[in-house]
Amino acid sequence: MKGKTPPAKTSKSLPPAAKKNSKAARRDGSSTRVIQVDYLARVEGEGGLYIKISGNEVREVQFKIFEPPRFFEAFLRGRLYREAPDITARICGICPVAYQMSASHAIEKAFGVTIIGPIRDLRRLLYCGEWIESHALHVLMLHAPDFLGYQDAIQMAKDHPDLVQTGLKIKKIGNDIVNLLGGREIHPINVQVGGFYRVPPRKQFEPLIERLKWAREQAVGLAKWCATLPIPSFEYDYEFAALHHPTEYPFNEGRIRTSKGLDIPVEDFEKYFIEEHVPHSTSLQARLKERGAYFVGPTARYNLNYDQLSPLAQETAKAIGLSHFSRNPFESILVRAVEIVYACDEALRILEHFHPPDRPAIPLQPQAATGYGCTEAPRGMLYHRYTLDREGIILDARIVPPTSQNQKIIENDLLRFVSANLKMPKDELTWKCEQAIRNYDPCISCSCHFLKLRIERE
Amino acid sequence: MKKRPKPKLAVWKFASCDGCQLSLLDCEEELLAVVGEVEIANFPEASRAVVKGPYDLSLVEGSITTPHDAERIHQVRRMSTSLISIGACATAGGIQSLRNFKNVQDFTALVYPSPQYIDTLKKSTPIADHVFVDFELRGCPINKYQLLEVISAYLNNRKPNIPNYSVCMECKRQGNVCVMVAHGIPCMGPVTQAGCNALCPSYQRGCFACFGPKESSNTSSLSEWFIQTGMKKDDVIRAFRGFNAYAEPFRRESEAYER
Repeated sequence: MKGKTPPAKTSKSLPPAAKKNSKAARRDGSSTRVIQVDYLARVEGEGGLYIKISGNEVREVQFKIFEPPRFFEAFLRGRLYREAPDITARICGICPVAYQMSASHAIEKAFGVTIIGPIRDLRRLLYCGEWIESHALHVLMLHAPDFLGYQDAIQMAKDHPDLVQTGLKIKKIGNDIVNLLGGREIHPINVQVGGFYRVPPRKQFEPLIERLKWAREQAVGLAKWCATLPIPSFEYDYEFAALHHPTEYPFNEGRIRTSKGLDIPVEDFEKYFIEEHVPHSTSLQARLKERGAYFVGPTARYNLNYDQLSPLAQETAKAIGLSHFSRNPFESILVRAVEIVYACDEALRILEHFHPPDRPAIPLQPQAATGYGCTEAPRGMLYHRYTLDREGIILDARIVPPTSQNQKIIENDLLRFVSANLKMPKDELTWKCEQAIRNYDPCISCSCHFLKLRIERE
Repeated sequence: MKKRPKPKLAVWKFASCDGCQLSLLDCEEELLAVVGEVEIANFPEASRAVVKGPYDLSLVEGSITTPHDAERIHQVRRMSTSLISIGACATAGGIQSLRNFKNVQDFTALVYPSPQYIDTLKKSTPIADHVFVDFELRGCPINKYQLLEVISAYLNNRKPNIPNYSVCMECKRQGNVCVMVAHGIPCMGPVTQAGCNALCPSYQRGCFACFGPKESSNTSSLSEWFIQTGMKKDDVIRAFRGFNAYAEPFRRESEAYER
């Protein structure tokens, strides 16, 4: 991928599709413009965009989510605790591991069990696989085409065949980790509360080592390539929120921190973060009590945990000119590339020191309790809470996915972006707005299946 | 060599997790080869370019759960020469069909603070309940190699080679020891269609029926086995109420134990 500096092809080829999908309606005969995308492409799930501009003022911004609701929290009631990782995985085909991890940790917490040693390492390894796979998909297939004015990665592959092939190979290595340890890449079957059903023998992991070394090297190249992309300047003083762990880059464990001073244990999530229902969305929008919108995802993780990155990941960030604290969501593509480097590095570290556990899972004794879990999905914090009875039957569940947490920030970004770029031709502005949404790698399938039983009284 | 234009492929999403269409993007090694044979004409998850219909082959993911989607699926059918439903949501209503056994109003109120904003049907139903479907590809998620097989079968006007025997056949071929006979682990394998290569028993756990009921599955016999091994009625109901809960044989079986 070296030397593949892309042609600066920014706004030249604005797409027929953008024209087709976006309706420029001039209303009132004069100064009201509407930017509308009925069906957002290159995101997971079904969403749209509606922006109303009056004169020089943006009147209304809606990041619309019309993904049909699926009511997971409702039908989790009455299910056995063992089923939670398998059922919640079905919320999202892109990040099933995240759901399995948050569910398992929350339930283990309820039963008073902490997983340590090789099982804990294997969970980190599994998460590395999901991050590599999900980030490679987003960086190359979903996000990079925007920067260069391509409709999709398939078009981009015509001009950059080696780059796309390499990206797909990196993605495949991530998938192969999930495949081996999880049984399959989508909706893995090998995760259980307490550990795994079976741990593959060490020799099956060994072929991954050489391939991961290759992927790590290529990921550094990929990050350097991303740094050549034209990145709009668009900084803002966001409140970033992510897990923070004193000695490691966070996957499964840590306290919840924000860049403006909040530092709480996972159990206190619902005391500080609340969700609201708005008419244009089947997803609930989250905000921080008395503080407003907040930002989760790779950029938040990176900003709050830079010191915990491996030396190679830090070097890569430095080499591509990414500061320790990024305030520009368009730079998220760089942060994802750095996280791919980190995930390859961390997977290698785990594999090189790996000794299989004596048994694949810790035996559990169900008890009547409530447990809380929060892990870092590729897209950001994923919070689960379960209340169980003494037989291990789920009485109540709550799930807060990353995309519903970012929804408000996305709308705020759109408002600022459009206000600052009112003169931009409409097709270009529409595309840029789509790109601004893709900065967050929104997973709309996740965001809308949730729920929570909260009555807003404020 | 080729005189015809490339066949046009469209991918459509209804209520689902996106995992089955992701299977296409997960064909890392085969993806560019597939693109060589078909024109990806409508695949929003991958591209913002949309080529107008009609389409030669439509892959439909997800179940029908809203009044709007119940209309939209007819439009998709009209635009498609062949329509293949992919995955448990599209072929059986998916995990969200658990609502079919309950009052959906209660579900909405439980999940959303303002239920009046939510427009949803009472039941989550498979695509074939609404329009004619040329082929149903099972799985939660689908097996990507089966997907490639189905696509190439339709491109070549032949019947897809997708077996409808049980997971037990695959399990024997893998050389697994039966988890139910040897270890007493409840397993849905005997009534579940193959397609995963007996994944769960290969990982020392019982099958949980991702691929739905096999042809003429003897569900009541398996339930009796479950009861004999110490499962309670509620456990049997849960076993049949998974990702294919609303597939006819599973639905009947779980309802029989609810009485």
